[in-house]
Amino acid sequence: MNLFRSHVLVCAGAGCVSSGCLSTEAALIDEIAQLGLDREIKVIETGCIGTCDLGPVLVVYPEGIFYRNVTPTDAKEIAHEHLLKGRIVQRLLYRDPLTSQIVQTYGEMEFFNRQLRVALRNTGVINPEAIEEYIARDGYEALARVLTAWSREEVIATIKASELRGRGGAGFPTGLKWQFTAQAHSPVKYVVCNADEGDPGAFMDRSILEGDPHTVIEAMAIAGYAVGASQGYVYVRAEYPLAVKRLQHAINQARDYGFIGDNIFGTGFRFDLEIRVGAGAFVCGEETALIASIEGKRGEPRPRPPYPATKGLWGQPTLINNVETFANICPIILHGAQWYARIGTEKSKGTKVFAVAGNINNTGLVEVPMGITLRQLVFDVCGGIPGGKEFKAAQTGGPSGGCLTKEHLEISMEYESLLQAGSMMGSGGLIVMDEDACMVDMARFFLDFTRDESCGKCTPCRIGTKRMLEILDRITAGEGREGDIDALLVLAENIKSTSLCGLGQSAPNPVLSMLKQFRAEYEAHIYAQRCPAGVCQALLNFNIVPEKCRGCGLCARVCPTAAIKGKPKELYRIERQKCVKCGVCLEKCPFGAIVRA
Amino acid sequence: MKTVDELRKLREQVRDMTKLREGEQEVRIVVAMGTCGIAAGARETLNAMMQEVAARGLTGVSVTPVGCMGLCEREPLVEVNAHGGRTLYAHVNAEKARRIVCEHVEAGRVIEAWVTRN
Repeated sequence: MNLFRSHVLVCAGAGCVSSGCLSTEAALIDEIAQLGLDREIKVIETGCIGTCDLGPVLVVYPEGIFYRNVTPTDAKEIAHEHLLKGRIVQRLLYRDPLTSQIVQTYGEMEFFNRQLRVALRNTGVINPEAIEEYIARDGYEALARVLTAWSREEVIATIKASELRGRGGAGFPTGLKWQFTAQAHSPVKYVVCNADEGDPGAFMDRSILEGDPHTVIEAMAIAGYAVGASQGYVYVRAEYPLAVKRLQHAINQARDYGFIGDNIFGTGFRFDLEIRVGAGAFVCGEETALIASIEGKRGEPRPRPPYPATKGLWGQPTLINNVETFANICPIILHGAQWYARIGTEKSKGTKVFAVAGNINNTGLVEVPMGITLRQLVFDVCGGIPGGKEFKAAQTGGPSGGCLTKEHLEISMEYESLLQAGSMMGSGGLIVMDEDACMVDMARFFLDFTRDESCGKCTPCRIGTKRMLEILDRITAGEGREGDIDALLVLAENIKSTSLCGLGQSAPNPVLSMLKQFRAEYEAHIYAQRCPAGVCQALLNFNIVPEKCRGCGLCARVCPTAAIKGKPKELYRIERQKCVKCGVCLEKCPFGAIVRA
Repeated sequence: MKTVDELRKLREQVRDMTKLREGEQEVRIVVAMGTCGIAAGARETLNAMMQEVAARGLTGVSVTPVGCMGLCEREPLVEVNAHGGRTLYAHVNAEKARRIVCEHVEAGRVIEAWVTRN
């Protein structure tokens, strides 16, 4: 094998692909070849490194130098300066958002060195399309050990002892799920991986499938052995084309190497995998709807019990786990249940991947031990709020969850404490909002999403979410009425208690939690016709402060609807009827004389 | 892939594919590759080192170019961080480079005659 003195990792997660990493990579490879370095330097496409707002990202090993926002021209400079002459290109290094200090290496960045990567251990480190790189990092060793030396009961006992809980949202003990499926009597059973990740803002499952598909394949084969299944399905949404492509490639490779298929490791165990591509309905993340969709039926949930563990796909016992849950299995087998159970808190063991988005400096994917505080997550790992603004709230659990406020900054991020605070872990989406976010508008956004995604099978969800949305629409339009808040509360309770599946049962959560934490904001919208954060356009007015206006007339010239009248050197006025509230005048006024109220 | 042994054998073969990305290497060879170094032939030095490391099948060794060390007169300069020590060699041509890999890096004997100090 040829020896390379340097590896350049190019993050090729979907985020970086959108920011143009493929042309950066092409330019880099081209320049390396022109400099005659192609036998010394290896360029490797990896899955998501996690710093999605900094893409395209390159990491140069052995030094571990981290370059961000690398254009094709920059890539050429890196080839000339760093790869040929060993001079690090300072201007492309990362700057810590809090201290403004330049940080050279991957290991020195707060964003990385505060993480503990178990599920993401290979994501962003290996080439997801090279099975050899996965094998080099102990890939398929767990499967080999389990098949040749462990009984089915030992596997289940280990997963139970690790106290791993489902990472898809509900937090059900994974070992118990495996046990129930194993105990079900049937000659045919199935293992299904739920990769129908639909929460707005959550993308850990996509990143794992894109960055380390073999970890899911290996864990599913182990699960198949433990529960007695010989066929698995990965249900991925069609919106994840790159994940589908890399997973299919990985399945083919694993089959060629004999890690799946007949007689694996000569033990007579047979397990094979197929991908089922979902058409992108949020409700198909619900396990019974997902099963219906794999069967080729309309993606609608059905009442439980019976649970899939006894009667699932095609009426057979079926084990369904989420991608991130599967990604934790191999390390647990290799390092032991005790090792895993030492990470995290008393009731929530291990690590959790969070997809952090919104008003935050380091948008991206982080894996941290359970029990980290919200403050550590937002401010230490993710670099805090941009522009020196105040932290207002964080939405966890996506459209099924709730919001945490400033008072919750010291909360321990684990299943139980989040539920107590009126939110939930969910799949790990974390949307951070600063002082400029309107909580009525946020609640409206999430409800609009769930209303749209409601499958329509049961009435409370189909009609109830629509009625709630209508009320919120009115409130944000300045037409809120006395009694709206009470109506919202009654509707929410009824929808929660009578809906058929998790979608409806959790759809009112954002509204309930935001009403609880920010009731005054709702009241300001309804009774004072005012949006305190200045977001709801209908409630927004632009005013000119007479003391500050110098009469320069710039606002009148930039106003697209000629709504500002006045004479030079005199006070200007805004005509409410003509104003479309675009905010251009506020942006352009050199004296800060225009305010939003 | 028929047996567990085959998997483990394959893993040994491919381990070096990702080793470079996993923390510190046991031996770190640094070649000064500023304009001065390159003019004095550091490219050949670097290539020779790479070839020798590969030919001897050494693992846990990284060969990294760095910028000018400031001692341009004694280029090509090579620093070897190995066996707990740090050694700076001056005027390292391709021939010397190969011997450094063989004697110092592999066998652990510093070649005193070529070491430069102040």
